[in-house]
Amino acid sequence: MAVAEIKFTDETLALVQKMVKRYPDGKHKSALIPVLHLAQAEFDGWLSREVMDYVASVLKLQPIEVYEVASFYSMFNLKPVGKCVLEICRTSSCWLMGAEDVVRHIEKKLGIREGQTTADGMFTIKTVECLGSCGTAPMLQCGAEYFENLSLEKVDILIDKLKQENKRRTYTELISSK
Amino acid sequence: MAKKILLKNDHIPGIQSYDVYRANGGYASVEKALKSMTPETVLEEVKKSGLRGRGGAGFPTGMKWGFLAKPPGVARYLVCNADESEPGTFKDRYLMERIPHLLVEGMITSSFALGAETSYIYIRGEYYYILRILEKAIEEAYANGWLGKNILGTGFSHDVYMHIGAGAYICGEETALLESLEGKRGNPRIKPPFPAVAGLYGCPTVVNNVETIAAVVPIINDGGEAYAAIGIGKSTGTKLISASGHINKPGVYEIELGVPVEEFIYSDEYCGGMRNGKKLKAVVAGGSSVPILPADLILKTAKGEPRLMSYESLGDGGFVSGTMLGSGGFIVMDEDTSIVKNLYTFTRFYHHESCGQCSPCREGTGWMEKIMHKILDGHGTLNDIDLLWDIQSKIEGKTICPLGEAAAWPVAAAIRHFRSEFENYVKNPSSIRDVKHYFRVNNLEPALN
Repeated sequence: MAVAEIKFTDETLALVQKMVKRYPDGKHKSALIPVLHLAQAEFDGWLSREVMDYVASVLKLQPIEVYEVASFYSMFNLKPVGKCVLEICRTSSCWLMGAEDVVRHIEKKLGIREGQTTADGMFTIKTVECLGSCGTAPMLQCGAEYFENLSLEKVDILIDKLKQENKRRTYTELISSK
Repeated sequence: MAKKILLKNDHIPGIQSYDVYRANGGYASVEKALKSMTPETVLEEVKKSGLRGRGGAGFPTGMKWGFLAKPPGVARYLVCNADESEPGTFKDRYLMERIPHLLVEGMITSSFALGAETSYIYIRGEYYYILRILEKAIEEAYANGWLGKNILGTGFSHDVYMHIGAGAYICGEETALLESLEGKRGNPRIKPPFPAVAGLYGCPTVVNNVETIAAVVPIINDGGEAYAAIGIGKSTGTKLISASGHINKPGVYEIELGVPVEEFIYSDEYCGGMRNGKKLKAVVAGGSSVPILPADLILKTAKGEPRLMSYESLGDGGFVSGTMLGSGGFIVMDEDTSIVKNLYTFTRFYHHESCGQCSPCREGTGWMEKIMHKILDGHGTLNDIDLLWDIQSKIEGKTICPLGEAAAWPVAAAIRHFRSEFENYVKNPSSIRDVKHYFRVNNLEPALN
């Protein structure tokens, strides 16, 4: 989807103003990371240069201040991603409990490798470092939701469910189930 | 014996909500502190309790608070470190998800002691859903008069705000966290000055872990001496342990410090023993950064005494034969585990998470990952094992922040205690091919001879 005009909705803009007020006068730069999360959620799940420039203008920062932050943190995507980014934890405990098998299984099922996006733009496979779910390993995160104690069967069911839902999952979405 | 203080009310249905939390004695510490104590006497109780930072470093909390500079007319801040990212650690997540008001209550009571009118909870970005839970708890606390202006008519005002991160292990380091909270890259600062003098926005700041702040609540309710009576020696109170790996009952357990490691692993009260009746091979006792220990050394010290879950006992023997309590991320590995492959996941982790400021860490973590990859690819040489040792020794102590040590120690310990396994991977590269893509690697040691 081409972004014709990059502009937050009025609702998001109000939220941005609320966020800025959490910090002392003149320290509005503190709101940068929370606002980048909102931007990523609103503009197709990734931060294009145009989106980052827009965030800079909203927060009255220099564009470079936004680029250097966006490129530092692993949750910000600087390239387009699928609607559902499957982030599989690959660190110690998850690995001990079979994370590698989960990754291979998803790669096979979707016909893409880790780091790639399916041709229909539905899924991206990403391996990530410890998500604090070691006691319920292996696990993956998609949007804001954790999927834990995974088995290959559970992965199949999840992927089918996400396909049916056919909607973009973002970190900022509300999760009613938890 | 399980001793529950923080998780005392964990089993009560609805404890997440304000009403149930309050009905079970919630916010009593705020009432007590604000109405019948002074900031000084609250600090005195925390000092008496012997509480030590629960994020990993184990620094005495009362002393840290005591360092806070108090220049007149300058704002002071309390910042809660909820950036829980140490592999193997998930206790803060559990605490915030299950009893969010305990953290909010601890923030208010602690802020009163520190004279902070504003505090922030910096939570890792991946825990977005917990951000929502805490935001709701904070709203409820405002609605019931525990936050805002002139709390309980005492003249003390306080605001708590949530702040979300975006995926960076380094932001668990307190000065990197402050940089991140100021909207910058998470590059640790050179110390001194310490945050107690110049922290958030250059103002005096205390940064404490979630569990540390939560522990202030029972300390104020029951007194510092009562807290200090729990535990063993200088390891006072209780600790949340995140148990994971090849055990029957992974999960978060609150233990009285001093429980024997053997009891923790095998008792039904805790981990419930090894999964599938396998034998214990090794344990990473305090999160990925602390040295791994083989079964014999985690169960008993080099002197043959039972190893206890305490700062001192786990540290007994130094790094030659001991480890650290760290964050309490307790990763258990059975006899089928490949220590080499597990170490690879650690070296990859630290390479990925190095902020890149200091050359020894930025370059060294990359080299270590590459050499580990080379060994696992079947192209390793015996020299590579020595090279790994050499690199880790040149990162340790040569970086601005402790990520350097955190990256070096696991490599050193794995080679120290499991060198034969590395040698076997080098000498029998064909054996790796069979196990490369499988997580449950057969124990290769018998093939050595």
